[in-house]
Amino acid sequence: MAQLGQPLSDYQRPHQVHFSPYDFNGGTVLAIAGENYALIATDTRLSQGFSIHSRESPKTYSLSENTVLGCCGFHGDVLTLTKTLGARLQIFEKEHNKPMPTPSVAAMLSTILYYRRFFPYYTHNLVAGLDEEGKGCVYSFDPVGSYEREVYRAKGSASAMLQPLLDNQIGGKNQQGYVVQPMPLDRCIAVVKDVFTSAAERDIYTGDNILISVITKDGLKSEKFPLRKD
Amino acid sequence: MATSGMFGNGNPGALWTGGPVPGQLHNFPGVQNGATKGSSQRTLNPVVMGSSVLGIQFNGGVVIAADMLGSYGSLSKYRDCPRLLKVNDSTVIGASGDYADFQYLSNVIQQQVIDEECLNDGFGYTPKSLHCWLTRVLYNRRSQFNPLWNTYIVAGLDEDKPYLGYVDKIGMAYEAPSLASGFGAYLALPIIRDALEKKPDMALEDALRLIDRCMKLLFYRDARALNKYQVAVITKAGVDLRGPIVSDTNWEVAHMIKGYE
Amino acid sequence: MAAPCVEQPKGGFSFENCARNSRLEQLGLKKPTAYKTGTTIAGIVFKDGVVLGADTRATEDTVVADKNCAKIHYLSDNIYCCGAGTAADTEMTTQMISAELELHRLNTGRKPRVATANRLLKQMLFRYQGYIGAALVLGGVDVTGPNLYSIWPHGSTDKLPYVTMGSGSLAAMATFEDRFKPDMNREEAMKLVRDAIAAGIFNDLGSGSNVDLCVITKDKVEYIRPHEIANQKGVKQGSYRYRRGTTATLSSEVKKIELDVFGTEVKHQPMDTQ
Repeated sequence: MAQLGQPLSDYQRPHQVHFSPYDFNGGTVLAIAGENYALIATDTRLSQGFSIHSRESPKTYSLSENTVLGCCGFHGDVLTLTKTLGARLQIFEKEHNKPMPTPSVAAMLSTILYYRRFFPYYTHNLVAGLDEEGKGCVYSFDPVGSYEREVYRAKGSASAMLQPLLDNQIGGKNQQGYVVQPMPLDRCIAVVKDVFTSAAERDIYTGDNILISVITKDGLKSEKFPLRKD
Repeated sequence: MATSGMFGNGNPGALWTGGPVPGQLHNFPGVQNGATKGSSQRTLNPVVMGSSVLGIQFNGGVVIAADMLGSYGSLSKYRDCPRLLKVNDSTVIGASGDYADFQYLSNVIQQQVIDEECLNDGFGYTPKSLHCWLTRVLYNRRSQFNPLWNTYIVAGLDEDKPYLGYVDKIGMAYEAPSLASGFGAYLALPIIRDALEKKPDMALEDALRLIDRCMKLLFYRDARALNKYQVAVITKAGVDLRGPIVSDTNWEVAHMIKGYE
Repeated sequence: MAAPCVEQPKGGFSFENCARNSRLEQLGLKKPTAYKTGTTIAGIVFKDGVVLGADTRATEDTVVADKNCAKIHYLSDNIYCCGAGTAADTEMTTQMISAELELHRLNTGRKPRVATANRLLKQMLFRYQGYIGAALVLGGVDVTGPNLYSIWPHGSTDKLPYVTMGSGSLAAMATFEDRFKPDMNREEAMKLVRDAIAAGIFNDLGSGSNVDLCVITKDKVEYIRPHEIANQKGVKQGSYRYRRGTTATLSSEVKKIELDVFGTEVKHQPMDTQ
């Protein structure tokens, strides 16, 4: 029996809820540095838990005419980070009267990420563009700012599926008699489409579409390619 | 995944191999840290809550709808809670989650609209700028571990184009042609997406009928919903805030349930 | 404890290492993950019977483990059962109950009723207090007509004209709430279940691939798999064949094998049926 003044046993009070400042919104990005081009691709699915938020949300952000950032993980941090980067690049351009070169963008991104070392941006980053000699360059980052220049790299939810395929098809790893040659752009695009098609088969957070951006000395060109929608 | 945690499976993984899960402190190798759980175990308590908000773009504008229930735990406490706020003649926001936080933010927004008007420079909030501003406010509050416990849907016309934006309590934001927050994301959105796929260029009447179907459905299946709702229609002509609308329900199938077991 | 492994099992589950395992878990051991059918399953009653439907994706965390698994299980000639939850549990539970129903049929000489299957399932699941993670949609036609149940892992059941289960259950239920009406015809019913499963496939990440259907009427069962391939697999752009000699050979040697050839005549032997 419920006593007077005691709450009824079957009466629910609003209870305390757990708060986490992070979430994971899926998505995969991939970048490849060619001889005179850089390619960066992303899927366009934005998800959370078991639901799809958006089917048209690419995770590449063009920072200048020859630099593109690939950024996925927690989308709130992605938005904040890209806004910060955009502002810093604009300040640079106003001060120096030229856009920031890609290697410098990478160096600056590293310090921006490390600034939040103890409350990190939960983002997986790639920077693709052309270096000062006009060669394609790709930089990959961990969430707290460690970075290095690489030839090809996959980041995000399906990265563990894509990277071995790239090691095999572009790096020619563990193959006898394989001569590593610079890859022509059309073959590179075909490989990218195929690795994403495969990832969409097995990773639930990768799908809907891919957006492939190619940076050459003539500027930025983008192409869309469909993936599974389930 | 049917048995438990049906929706909460999106645990973010560790930041790097062997590293901390987001929200936890990093254990330096070889050092035992007793206080690791402290930062991630903070809790906050929302009190009066609103459920779903729905938004759909149609040919020439946007509709946004929310029911009028303010739930206090499992108690249907307030049955006349407007959860849509008209910001100006081209912008409306709808809120899910804690009603007090929504009222607080409503006051802030309304004051800013007045301040803006006093300048008399012809500038004001557009849906896009308000959405962007909300993103920053919510993200900053989550970064201080003091979130505004809401999901907002911003609807309006931006340079005569329909605009729909979503922001949640941790600052996750995006735009889409159809949006739903709360339980509506699971129940109403599949129906809305299907209808939009079949008819991408909907007329206002189609959109309103779709909204009514979805609100009815939410009333049937969401225990924190009510069959009394408001709709705002945003077109070039301005904002038309309609309601409360009470949709009629059908319990015909109840008679089919009979027999042993 | 190696000895019990070679002994004949006496039936029932083995709880041998439960205490040890829970202790290891406290010390930080991670349990192996079981396949889950993070599923959309659904069923409706129509004029002449029931239609059951399921998607075909099985997941292991965020990875698709099986792209075309069968989630509509056979219980008896007139009863089928869709399973969501831990794949092994749904599979084994339906197999066990199927065997019990068959014995029941042989003992009584009557077609089993859906209510019987429901009782057997709920009593078994209740006994295991939810540890058997099977969420089921049970449907069939018996002397009483078409019957449809949903059964939860803890053993509670609902008897309803339309039910859904699994992670995509909300998307599927939304479709039913929107469009279900009593006494539909066969085509309408199949279309509605297809649309409900498709809503799960496209809106729930735990569900995917194809739509399977099972239409049960008074004296006919149609098990349609796949009813629709909702997602076409992407076509590959390039060819990925390797040049001969890509795999490194460390050393090679050719040896002649000396063979002794015997001839043995194999005779027909009748089976021992004593």
